[in-house]
Amino acid sequence: MKGQDTHYLRTALRLMGYVASTYKLRFLFVIITIVLSAIAGMAGPLFLLYLIDGFITPLIGQQDPDFTALVHTVILFAAIYCMGVVCTYIYNRLMVNIGQGVLKRVRDEMFTHMQTLPIRFFDTHKHGDLMSLYTNDTDTLRQMITQSIPQTLSCAVSVVTVFIVMLRLSLPLTVLTIAVVCIMLSVAKIVGGRSGRNFVAQQKDVGALNAYIEEMFGGQKVVKVFCHERETEEGFDTLNEKLFQSAAAANAYANILMPIMGNIGNMHYVLTALIGSLVSIAGIAPLTLGTLATFLQMTRSFNQPLAQIAQQSNSIIMALAGAERIFRLIDAESETDDGYVTLVNAFISEDGTISEAGTRTGRWAWKHPHHDGTTTYTELKGDVRFFDMSFGYDDDKMILHDISLYAKPGQKLAFVGATGAGKTTITNLINRFYDVQDGKIRYDGININKIRKADLRRSLGVVLQDTHLFTGTIMENIRFGRLDATDEEVIAASRLVNADEFISRLPDGYSTMLTADGSELSQGQCQLLSIARAAVADPPVLILDEATSSIDTRTEAIVQKGMDALMAGRTVFVIAHRLSTIRNSDAIIVLDHGRIIERGDHDELIEKHGTYYQLCTGALELD
Amino acid sequence: MIRILMASIREYRRDSILTPLFVTLEVILEVLIPFFMAGIIDVGLANADMPYTIRMGVVLTCAAFLSLLCGALSGRFAASASAGFAKNLRKDMFYRIQGFSFSNIDRFSPESLVTRLTTDVMNVQMAYQMIIRILIRGPMMLIFALVMAIGINRELSMVFFFAIPILAAGLIYIALKAHPHFEKVFQTYDHLNGVVREDVAAIRTVKSYVREDHEDNLFRRISQKVYGRFVSAEKIVAWNAPLMQFTMYIAILLISWLAGELIVQEEMTTGALMSMIVYATQILSSLMMLSMVFVMIIIADSSARRIVEVLTEESSLHDPEHPVHEVKDGSIDFCSVSFSYSGDRDSCSLHDVDIHIRSGETVGIIGSTGSAKSTLVQLIPRLYDATEGTVKVGGRDVREYGLDDLRSQVAMVLQKNTLFSGTIKDNLRWGNPDATDEEMRQACRLSQADEFVSSFPDGYDTYIEQGGTNVSGGQKQRLCIARALLRKPRILILDDSTSAVDTRTDALIRKAFREDIPDTTKIIIAQRISSVEDADRVIVMNGGRVDAFDTPENLLRTNTIYREVYESQMNGGRK
Repeated sequence: MKGQDTHYLRTALRLMGYVASTYKLRFLFVIITIVLSAIAGMAGPLFLLYLIDGFITPLIGQQDPDFTALVHTVILFAAIYCMGVVCTYIYNRLMVNIGQGVLKRVRDEMFTHMQTLPIRFFDTHKHGDLMSLYTNDTDTLRQMITQSIPQTLSCAVSVVTVFIVMLRLSLPLTVLTIAVVCIMLSVAKIVGGRSGRNFVAQQKDVGALNAYIEEMFGGQKVVKVFCHERETEEGFDTLNEKLFQSAAAANAYANILMPIMGNIGNMHYVLTALIGSLVSIAGIAPLTLGTLATFLQMTRSFNQPLAQIAQQSNSIIMALAGAERIFRLIDAESETDDGYVTLVNAFISEDGTISEAGTRTGRWAWKHPHHDGTTTYTELKGDVRFFDMSFGYDDDKMILHDISLYAKPGQKLAFVGATGAGKTTITNLINRFYDVQDGKIRYDGININKIRKADLRRSLGVVLQDTHLFTGTIMENIRFGRLDATDEEVIAASRLVNADEFISRLPDGYSTMLTADGSELSQGQCQLLSIARAAVADPPVLILDEATSSIDTRTEAIVQKGMDALMAGRTVFVIAHRLSTIRNSDAIIVLDHGRIIERGDHDELIEKHGTYYQLCTGALELD
Repeated sequence: MIRILMASIREYRRDSILTPLFVTLEVILEVLIPFFMAGIIDVGLANADMPYTIRMGVVLTCAAFLSLLCGALSGRFAASASAGFAKNLRKDMFYRIQGFSFSNIDRFSPESLVTRLTTDVMNVQMAYQMIIRILIRGPMMLIFALVMAIGINRELSMVFFFAIPILAAGLIYIALKAHPHFEKVFQTYDHLNGVVREDVAAIRTVKSYVREDHEDNLFRRISQKVYGRFVSAEKIVAWNAPLMQFTMYIAILLISWLAGELIVQEEMTTGALMSMIVYATQILSSLMMLSMVFVMIIIADSSARRIVEVLTEESSLHDPEHPVHEVKDGSIDFCSVSFSYSGDRDSCSLHDVDIHIRSGETVGIIGSTGSAKSTLVQLIPRLYDATEGTVKVGGRDVREYGLDDLRSQVAMVLQKNTLFSGTIKDNLRWGNPDATDEEMRQACRLSQADEFVSSFPDGYDTYIEQGGTNVSGGQKQRLCIARALLRKPRILILDDSTSAVDTRTDALIRKAFREDIPDTTKIIIAQRISSVEDADRVIVMNGGRVDAFDTPENLLRTNTIYREVYESQMNGGRK
């Protein structure tokens, strides 16, 4: 518990740092206005003291009372109140910009940083959890910054102000107040702790219920086919009941906190009245009626903000927990990139000398600066070689062992093997989504670790099994491959891969709006779009990771023509589910448990009557 | 809408009624307490009347305890009433969804249903708790405090009749003005979430094309928009607190000034003045509370709408009034059947199908994606109703059977199939809850799953992870077939269910079907021609129509599509 507290404190301080550093002056102004506004609020009870003791009591019984002094005081306080109202508006108004500004900064930093994180991060975190950082966690943070912080601050100022006034009014009664505060705090701690524990339990139960309904709704059609509705409902009821228990308990404790605090306050009032009159009657300390009355009023003004702080504590703790998760993302280590070899547009003269070009020339070269200050240029050809490469996602569990292979420019290499054999892993290494542990990969003779990641990836085109389209038009989605591509270039690329035909048939053609999951299109059409995207990027090396797996064999024949057109003249790495698509590869590499067990072209491997032969004849399972 | 939601309160009606009751008691006590307090000041302290002070102290203490009790009880009942209401809402939605037909399921994505059951219900729960506590508390406080204030001094109370309308009008004006701004905020927020969701899902694509900056710009643009819209909405709300203070201060000043004169003229006591001020605070803050509740209700409103959408979704399939329970045999007849997912006759996915399948026959179905193969077979267990024409099973219209009766006789292995978290046995028992170990083993033998299941260290008690991620695709498919076989159906439909199984095992499964369940009608949709080669007859689908229905041998001679597919696959092994 103690350790957790300091954790929260650190998070809170860091958060305050965000607020203070972004809006130094404005935040200072906010604090000043909050203090002024709180003091003005406290003027009320003081006002009564003045009024009763100084002006009203002396006038009682006078024949012809003179009210001018009373009027003056009322005017004075009206002025103070006016200032209070103005300050309240100012800090509320300023907090709007500060709160939203800080949130925007947190959000932007979070997203920008997320973009720099390695693929490993995304592979090891649930996407739903990442999403909730931007929704739930930012939302509780918003409530805390714009509501809880000013309110707590204002309450704290009130408490302090009142306390000082109390001290000046009567020492013994203040001691009583301190005692009551201690009781309040300990009660708040007990009840708040119970409530907090149950909120944690509720969060867990929500998670369990969430997982269950997600699984069941995902397989709802199976449930229907097996008439399994009753059993599914029974499973649901158990989890639902559990959530009810924890939610009811958590809310009950949270709800009774306020009445408890309020009524301790009432008891405080009674005690103050009793002790106050005892003291004044006994003459221990001189207490005027007005002083005692004011003190009584003060106890109310003192207890109310305390209760409010106690009530805010729950939402503050929840917001801090969210802030901690957000900071954990911001603190996650970015993808490292020590590459210094860059990709540049190039002129290549007849004799093979290369010079750098400022504009797009259609030819590319690797710019390689050396220690001695010289720079050499190597033409981008698409020659990829693996030397004794080993790799595992965890150091103690290797996936790939001693892989050596080469693809000369323009060659087509196919990887075949069962799920888990390491096919996709190889492609993850070429574009450095992951880094090899042992051995190396050379691209046009350059160790890929020396190439700047962005440039390396720009030289590789990837078409994945899961097509990811973005909200936007078809045109925009294809242009994602190369942002400066003209409309004509996009259309030409679509034509190349046989996507133009179906796109033109759509009512809005290339301006057809797509949503994220591409539900407007068939799976095959989605894949054609992502192939067109790679075509418009026009990279020398292409990685096709089961790019045509969800297209049936007849449609595939059409797509295949486009793919063949796309692959012409490029180095291609293909991972294929259907062996028919890789028959014309220059080399086929059969992987088993991370090792190369066979390699050769189609005819050689068939001749060999090995694993590939068995796969081809359907005697072995691919998946 | 409210009536539909209210129907889910049920057994928590008692708590829902007790809450406002105790809230009312609590409010009465809270209003009385300042009155007692005034007594202490005016009588006890003013006259230095110690016994009176003690007496009033005791009364006050009792009142405080009672108030605490009422407050605690109302808090407890409010918590259980709202949590219970939420529980029932979730339950009603879940049960409703279990009653959905396939076309209902198609209308809601699983993610949207999960949100409706969790976040949306949570919002409604909070709003409900606010309603039964604060929405009662506010007006009660207003009325009682006003009554007490009038009781103390009628003339001074006139101040409230100015202050209340001013504050109320102000708060309503602010709420109304801010509301459309908040609507816009939430829209932009959705947009922002959409961008994040897309980016996270497509992170490999983003990084492959080095589009991090592009995405970043996109995000920042929307983030800026969220900022702008939020500021313009909250700018309006920022007037709330100063308005409240303004009215409150004016009221206090007026009361103090007027009371001052009254006290001097000895027509009023100082204690009464202090009570008046407490009542002023109570009255005006009750208005503030009300405006807070309205904000909550507005937030919960769209959530409530989404919940009601599920609760009022009518299942598009109904059991007949006098259902037939027994399916006579495994014959299937499609009599000029057309089908459209939208129910619109102009956009049919299936046109004019006339097919008659004999009981016990093995029928293959082949055709390209989108040719409506799955659509065709889904009509047999009545997952959807035909838009035109009739589908008959065992010689009777499928609409005459009870849904459970029909589906227990027509087992279907879906294309997108799911295993659920639990042991293999748990999963197999979906087919038949009373299946013995031997029956399960037998079904797995038929589907060629027994061998690999037995090779697992835990055998049939092996735990399957959610989504079946710890078995391979082919193994999953074989388990799904075994699960269907346990139903001992008259008709077995495999919708592309052996695509990941190697051809030899595939052939073994079909052989086992032939030998062990000869009387069962078997319908096999496949991409692989080898999977349907030994069927009695094969349906060739093309663009939602039956292109041909004949024996494989005849089709090879007469049907172009069949021959094309055959040739594209058959020279796979030999070049």
